[in-house]
Amino acid sequence: MNFNPNSNFMYIIAVGVIIFVLAQSAFFLIKAWRRGKELGIDKSKLKKTVISTAVFTLAPAASILIGVITLSKFLGIPLPWIRMSVIGALTYELPAATSTANALGISLSEMVKDPKVFTAIAWVMTLGILPSIILPPLLMKKIRGGMVKLQSKDARWSDIFMTAMFLGMISAFLGMVFADIRSGLAGLIPIFVLLVSAAVMGICGILIKKCNMKWLETYAMAISMVAAMVFAAVITPIIG
Amino acid sequence: MKKNERNYLKEIDMYGKLWIWTAAVVVLMVPIIICLKYNAWPEATAVFKGLLGVAPIYWTVGVIEVITYTPMLGIGGTYLAFVTGNLTSLKAPSALNAMENAEVKPGSEEGEVISTIAIATSSIVTTIVIALGVCLLTVISPILDSPALKPAFDNILPALFGGLGVVYISKNWKLSVAPIIFMIALFTAVPSLASSVGVLVPVGVLIALGAGRIMYKKGWVK
Repeated sequence: MNFNPNSNFMYIIAVGVIIFVLAQSAFFLIKAWRRGKELGIDKSKLKKTVISTAVFTLAPAASILIGVITLSKFLGIPLPWIRMSVIGALTYELPAATSTANALGISLSEMVKDPKVFTAIAWVMTLGILPSIILPPLLMKKIRGGMVKLQSKDARWSDIFMTAMFLGMISAFLGMVFADIRSGLAGLIPIFVLLVSAAVMGICGILIKKCNMKWLETYAMAISMVAAMVFAAVITPIIG
Repeated sequence: MKKNERNYLKEIDMYGKLWIWTAAVVVLMVPIIICLKYNAWPEATAVFKGLLGVAPIYWTVGVIEVITYTPMLGIGGTYLAFVTGNLTSLKAPSALNAMENAEVKPGSEEGEVISTIAIATSSIVTTIVIALGVCLLTVISPILDSPALKPAFDNILPALFGGLGVVYISKNWKLSVAPIIFMIALFTAVPSLASSVGVLVPVGVLIALGAGRIMYKKGWVK
């Protein structure tokens, strides 16, 4: 049978998976929204969360789309579309495809036409990320139990515990920015980008607090991120 | 914990499990359907060899991510974020930013609600953007793929964590000092670790927790 990674059949599978993801997201959104109202959280606060997150998501979503484009050069569009919409991230999908191609001794410089190669890649992509989907329901009770115990034992330490967890995550990514520091001026670009993002966020914070521009709270994160990305696009050709 | 809160969390946990197990079936059905339709089952050795190149790292990262992010994202947020993916680069920062803006505590029920709303919104917007992008690929591809925009997308993580970092660190600077100094020193000394930053998130978390515990005991943080 002839195989085309961009066949209508593949698109139908992709659309089915995308509808599933949208349905799950909509289900949780509605549930949480209703519970928020029951808890007495102001409707405007819930609305602000949605708008702020939606705007903030646009740039990273475009970057994920680039991942689809990258993978589509050898896997067609539907499979990367599925993979990047469910669990996936380019940092995993590309090595998974490359590892399988290497194992089969083929190159990924052109579109995969052999259905067995294509399905081997699809299986490796799927099996490689399976723990991320199987473990949360298995470990949830234990992890939640631990959190509840911590909260009832010492509420103040529990707050510090959560803050420390977030800071631990942020610190790993802040540290990563310094990885290329030894490769000259170009290696400093990520640090400059980080500082520009931080500075723009700082300015937004001042405008929100001192100039009472409360509306800016919703967009501050997106503005600082996009400003820093524009800075990266401008500065890289100059010093890169 | 109030009765209503317990009921809601129990309900979300039940629905979450239902959705995530269904998602596991959906995800597995994709390669199965393709194999059946094209009668093209791959050689088991090819899959095994391919898996050998990525599974040891990604299965480890998967376990670490579940343990690290579940307390941060809450029940609903976790079940959704682990299905929709892009956890470190999008879903966790979205939840964190939303909880900070809404002035709710992570781990509280209000935090659970806001985190879930943020992750759900982020998932819907991402899915729509990718779907639109796929529909308009011929128009969009040359723009997104252009060399002029490459540095912007290459630097998306520093652009994201710069803003997020300044908000969080300015409010909890004492807790930030130890993990940040450690991470900067580590990445400067071993630059190749940048490709496995996911594995280092729990290391940062453990250092922040250790330093936080000492400071809490000494009364330096309240």
